[in-house]
This record gives sequence, structure tokens and C-alpha cells, in this order.
Amino acid sequence: MFELIRSNKRRSVALVASFVVVAGIVGLAAGYLVGFGWWGIAIAIVIAGVTAFISYWKADAIALAVSRAHPADPQQYRRLYNLVEGLCIASGLPQPRVYVVDDPAPNAFATGRNPQNAAIAVTTGLLDKLNRVELEGVIAHELAHIKNYDILVSTLAVTLVGAVALITDMSIRMMWWNGGRSRRDGDQGDHGNPLAILGFALLIVAPIVAKAMQAAISRKRETLADISACQLTRYPPGLISALEKLRDDVTVTHSATTATAHLWIEQPMSGVGDQGRLGSMHRLFDTHPPLEERIALLKEL
Amino acid sequence: MVFLIIVIAVVVLLAIYLILAYNGLIRRRNQIENAWSQIDVQLKRRLDLIPNLVETVKGYAAHERETLDRVIQARNAAMQAPSDPHAQAAADNALTGALKSVFALGEAYPDLKANQNFLQLQEELTATEGRVAYARQFYNDSVLDYNNKLQQVPTMYFARILKFERREYFEADEAARTTPQISF
Repeated sequence: MFELIRSNKRRSVALVASFVVVAGIVGLAAGYLVGFGWWGIAIAIVIAGVTAFISYWKADAIALAVSRAHPADPQQYRRLYNLVEGLCIASGLPQPRVYVVDDPAPNAFATGRNPQNAAIAVTTGLLDKLNRVELEGVIAHELAHIKNYDILVSTLAVTLVGAVALITDMSIRMMWWNGGRSRRDGDQGDHGNPLAILGFALLIVAPIVAKAMQAAISRKRETLADISACQLTRYPPGLISALEKLRDDVTVTHSATTATAHLWIEQPMSGVGDQGRLGSMHRLFDTHPPLEERIALLKEL
Repeated sequence: MVFLIIVIAVVVLLAIYLILAYNGLIRRRNQIENAWSQIDVQLKRRLDLIPNLVETVKGYAAHERETLDRVIQARNAAMQAPSDPHAQAAADNALTGALKSVFALGEAYPDLKANQNFLQLQEELTATEGRVAYARQFYNDSVLDYNNKLQQVPTMYFARILKFERREYFEADEAARTTPQISF
């Protein structure tokens, strides 16, 4: 368990480092293409540094805001608070902030940088459709993410992946200002700049790398959180029946975006059964193992 | 000279290890203390909720004196129970049984069952019972963690010298192990 937490902290550092490197390379590439030269890399690294810093301190607020979560009223959501408090006692964690997302699809996520600064968000659909023991299982799953520091890695990924996408997007657009040519109008001679071609390739590859980083926030940790959740509640049938309800429910979580997809307990996109262009993309970058597998594993406990 | 450096290095490393291991044991032992007091906090919270429940039920089912008296008696017994775990567990189980019969009244009196206050108290008491169970679970987890550390090989030698004692688990007694029978 402690080994796991350490590995998650290491992974967070690696994520931030590789983010800065990727941003630097993208900046370099953009610099050549747009004509800023070395200023490109400087600007990109400054942007990357600032983003990484903000991510660490404010990523939870961003993830919550993006999902349109609002603080849950302790009176109105008494049962939710009671379950969170009980499970926090069982796990020895400080109590996280509790949020509600107005969305009919049943789903939940946890975010934050450490257990002292963590938040749990559940959709109103989840509160409506699950009974007490099922809800308890889901909340235990989210608390397990908090305890294992999964939230730090995955929340950082939300903002960092978003930032890489933003930088590349901006560079590609700015490139067109230059008429799509790889050199400035004032350049002497007409020898092409080989670095520019490389740069252009990098700009295309970067978002895919970012996406792969998101996928590296592996599916394994979902399974792990399921098992830790059962260690907390000592009652696997609760979580099993909750996952079965999530499986049978076909509502798409509209409050989830591609950037936050990996945060939620159930994959919020409709990707699994999709046909067509985006369907295969979704399967390739599935953020969660199939619910069937997770249920089968829990039944073995 | 080289020999001296090696000796100093070994001593320093040993000291660092001892400090870390000692602090680890202290941290775990304090967690046990904290977990134990958490159980008391939750038990107390539960006792504080009961007068409210009795008042609410009285308004709807005043002639169910017997049931209500049984809860009040069980509560008073629980408050006076000596602070050793076994006596507390026994008093606590009696209280749980009495409370179940109060909630069963909800089935006989539809007005009571519809009462918002009653429903809230029911939720609150169910949650608190859950918390008591979780607090005990956390206590036992903490004891397991501490005992594991204490009995593992390098630690056990100096833990014995520093008088770290093995802790006991909280065990439910026989009455709690069997499912309580409720008669209507």
C-alpha cells in the first residue's frame, strides 16, 4: 500500500517533468514554424511551468468546475454526508469536501492533491438510483482513490493534458498566419528548413502523447480502488450491485469531458458500444477496464 | 582511519534506523489511541440522539410505553457502563436491540413513518451505528498495523527493550456475534 502511494507520487513528478519536456519541444517546434525562434521554447516552458504550478494547487477546483459540481448542502444530502463520515472513520482519512453534480447519469469522482485537500463529487443520478449499501461501496471506491494518491496523478493529468492540447492547437493556428510556409518572408534562399518538418510532425504527435499519458493513468488503479473499497466496507456485494447498476444504466454523463473522463468511477463516454470514427478511438484510449471484468473480480473476493 | 570511518558510518546509519523505527512505532501507537477515542465519540453521539427519538415517537405512539421505557433504560445502562470494552459492548448491544423495536413501531404507525423528524433520526442513528462499527474496524486495523510492526524481525528486538507492548483487538462478545432476534 505504501509502496503504491510512493509510486503514485513518483508518477506525478514524472508526469509534470514529461509535461514540461513535451511543452518545451512543442514550443521549439512552434518557434521554428511561427518564426519566434528560441523565444518559442522560452514562452512554452514558462507557460508549462505556470500551468504545472497552478495544476498542483488548483487542479481540484478546475476539475470540479469543469464538471459543474457544486458543494452539497449538509442538510439536504444528509445520507451522503453520513456515509462519507463513516467511511472516513474506517479509513482514518480526514473528511473530504463533498460535491454534487446535477446529472441524471449515475457516476462519481474524487479529486485533490492529497487527503487533506480532497473532494468527492457524485451525480444526482447516483444518489437517486443507488441504495444505501451501493452508495457506500461507490464512496469507499472514491475514498480509496484519495488514500492511494491516485487523485494527485489523475487530477494533474486533467490540466496538463488540456494544456498540451491547447499549446499545440495554438501553434498550428499561428502557423497559418505565416501562410503555411516553413520560413519567414524575409528568409534568403529557398532551402527548406528540415527542423520545420520535424516540428510539424511533433505538433501532430504531441496531443497523442498527451492522450497516452492519460491512458498511462492505468486501468489497473480502478480495479485496485475497487478492492480497497471492499477492504473498507467489508461488504463486496454493495459495490458489486452498484457496478451492476452502473453497467445497466445507459445514460451518458454529460458533465464529464474528455479531459476528465479518467476521473469518474464509470467511463462516462458512450464509447464502448460506439460505431464509426470516434468509436474505435474511444476503445483505443479506454480509461477504465470493462465493468464486466471489475464485477467478476469482485465476485471472487 | 578507513576503519574508523566505516565504524562511524555504521553507527550513524544504525542511529538513523533506530530513530525512524521508533517514530514509526510511536505514530502507530498514537493512531490506536486516536481510534479508541473515536469509538467513544461515536457511542456518545448515539446516546445523545436517543432522547430526541423518544420525544418524537411519544407524539405518535404514547401508549407504547414499554418499548420506549426499554430504550431509555438501555440508554441509561449504556451511559453508566464502566469504560472497559466488554461491559460497553454488552450495554451497546442491548441498546441496539431496543432501538430496533422502536423503529419497528414505524411500521405500525403510518403517521410516525411519514414524520420527517422520525425519518431523519432513523437515518442519523443508522449512520451512527455504522460509524461505531467503522470506528471499531479502524481500531482493529490500527492494532494490526502496530502489532505487525512490533513483531517483525528487526523491530522486535529493540521494541522489547523500550517496553512497547502488544495491543489487544476489540472483539465482539458472544451476544454480538449472533444476530439479534426481534419479536413483534
